[in-house]
Amino acid sequence: MKFLEYKAKEIFARYGIPIPRGAIASTPDGIVNPPLPCMVKAQVLVGGRGKAGGIKPAESLDEARSVVGQILGMDIHGYRVKEVYLEERLDIGRELYLGLTIDRSAREPLLMASAKGGIDIEAVPRDQIYMEHIPAEVGIQPYVLRSLLKQLGLAKEVGEQFASVVTNAYYLFRKEDAELVEINPLVVTKDGRVVAGDAKLVIDDNAEYRHPEYANLDQDRTPLEQEAHDKGITFIQLDGDIGVIANGAGLTMATLDILSLKGGKGGTFLDLGGTDDPAKVKQAFELLIKANPSVILLNIFGGITKADTVALGVKQALEEMHTKIPVVARIKGVNEAQAKEMLRSIGTYPAETVEEAAELAVKVKSGGA
Amino acid sequence: MIDFGTKVVAGVTPGRGGTKVEGVPVFDSVREAVHRRRANASIIFVPAPYAKDAAIEAIEGGLKLVVIITERIPFHDCLDLMPYARSRGCTVIGPNCPGLASPGQAKMGIMPNQLFKEGDAGVISRSGTLTYEIVNAMTEAGFGQTTCIGIGGDPIIGTSMVDALAMFQKDRKTKRIVVVGEIGGTAEEEAADFIKRRVTKPVVAYVAGRTAPPGKRMGHAGAIIQGNRGTAESKVKAFEEAGVPVAEYPVGIPKLLAAT
Repeated sequence: MKFLEYKAKEIFARYGIPIPRGAIASTPDGIVNPPLPCMVKAQVLVGGRGKAGGIKPAESLDEARSVVGQILGMDIHGYRVKEVYLEERLDIGRELYLGLTIDRSAREPLLMASAKGGIDIEAVPRDQIYMEHIPAEVGIQPYVLRSLLKQLGLAKEVGEQFASVVTNAYYLFRKEDAELVEINPLVVTKDGRVVAGDAKLVIDDNAEYRHPEYANLDQDRTPLEQEAHDKGITFIQLDGDIGVIANGAGLTMATLDILSLKGGKGGTFLDLGGTDDPAKVKQAFELLIKANPSVILLNIFGGITKADTVALGVKQALEEMHTKIPVVARIKGVNEAQAKEMLRSIGTYPAETVEEAAELAVKVKSGGA
Repeated sequence: MIDFGTKVVAGVTPGRGGTKVEGVPVFDSVREAVHRRRANASIIFVPAPYAKDAAIEAIEGGLKLVVIITERIPFHDCLDLMPYARSRGCTVIGPNCPGLASPGQAKMGIMPNQLFKEGDAGVISRSGTLTYEIVNAMTEAGFGQTTCIGIGGDPIIGTSMVDALAMFQKDRKTKRIVVVGEIGGTAEEEAADFIKRRVTKPVVAYVAGRTAPPGKRMGHAGAIIQGNRGTAESKVKAFEEAGVPVAEYPVGIPKLLAAT
């Protein structure tokens, strides 16, 4: 789950991380009590909005209204701006960077900080980024904070505030099941306050059940992807035209790769997972059909998955949706013979291997089969 | 698992103690199962919200090998779990994995039995069904397996690709190694580096996700491309530089093995 800046800041504030005063608006007339002068910031789930013209200053309420009007509805790297955040303009002294994520290879949380904040962290030389693993079983210890402050050259008073932000951010990272907590810039104002200038927060989708309060957040999904998510189906729309459905993420990806090697292009990534429940298969197929592919390529390699009940779901979906979309099916698993028979009876194109299925899908699409 | 030769001595389901499944006694707790039936390994199918509890119970119960099949466990649970397992000398496989199988000996997993054949190749994979596809092709081409380990597709796993490579390098029966990787993370790059330095046995590989668009999350928490790191190109390049040939198709693995 990704969070818009202002949503992330609400959560930051809850954990005692200082944030600037701000007001959210979705129409120019909907601005209530904005801090003035302010920065008007587009709220989108994508980086680089500043350069794209999504952050602009305003001195007065009138100017704020006009700037809000300009930014709302803008397209920023494919994301339409639906909300803007009007935020107190900070008197910036220094800009720092703070990030918390996980290091998969070390299997531990990773704390990153730099005196060079305010720019893309990827552009900061490695030796100017302070990195420290935080073993989950011990958490952040004072010695880490001491060495961090020394590295960044922060004076006592600012240092204390910074240390408190780091501690609170780590606490948030653990408590909220975060994948990423990033504050860039973490601003030190001229009068010596440490304030989160921006806020990035990504929470582990697998932990959604522990955070029901975030369930209805707008994510960067297409309407069909949202529908799939609500039904618990892993479904991603791609820019090709062949609907790919398989079981298991690795196999689904491999099927897309093979399709591309055979000259086709996948339009969907639909991972059935371990299900062989016909109702679930039917739901998945309904989604796929709504995506309107030119051909559907089904690739099932079942272990304990029952091939015949998968086939039953396919059959029910195709019959009820009255679709004319051709289906190429490769299916292996328990009760494979019955499955193949059922799929043949509804006019799908059978294939023995995934390579054969991919070739066939490309041929069917161009009318050659 | 029983058909494969695994000695399944006990099941554990709280509240079901005293019953039997397929002739195997069920207990309320791991402690009872260990005490009464001398279990020394555990396979966990418990739903994600309760998996951490089940795994800690198994580790605390003194089991030295714990395979976690469960998918969608929050990774923060694994951040707590894995160091605890290490501190107790317990090897964790998974989570979000198909388990492991040693043909002719035992299986702790959900892979279909008929795919396997005894042989001298070790298989390491981040994926489930894709592994079935590759093992099936290997068996059909006459390349049997010593052990097949599904290490799991999550960001935080108990046994990494490098850990598994080190075990196969040590295992006397394993003569060659197959690595099945996918986009996301840097496990394959680290594996390639380890192979260069420490692995003397021939290794071949497959990498899934060559056509995945950047920034899209492909089901596995693991399968996401961030910037230039973790892409299929970077993994294929790392493997090739380490002298590991990479198959274009999953079924291309046996051909590469034939050349080892």
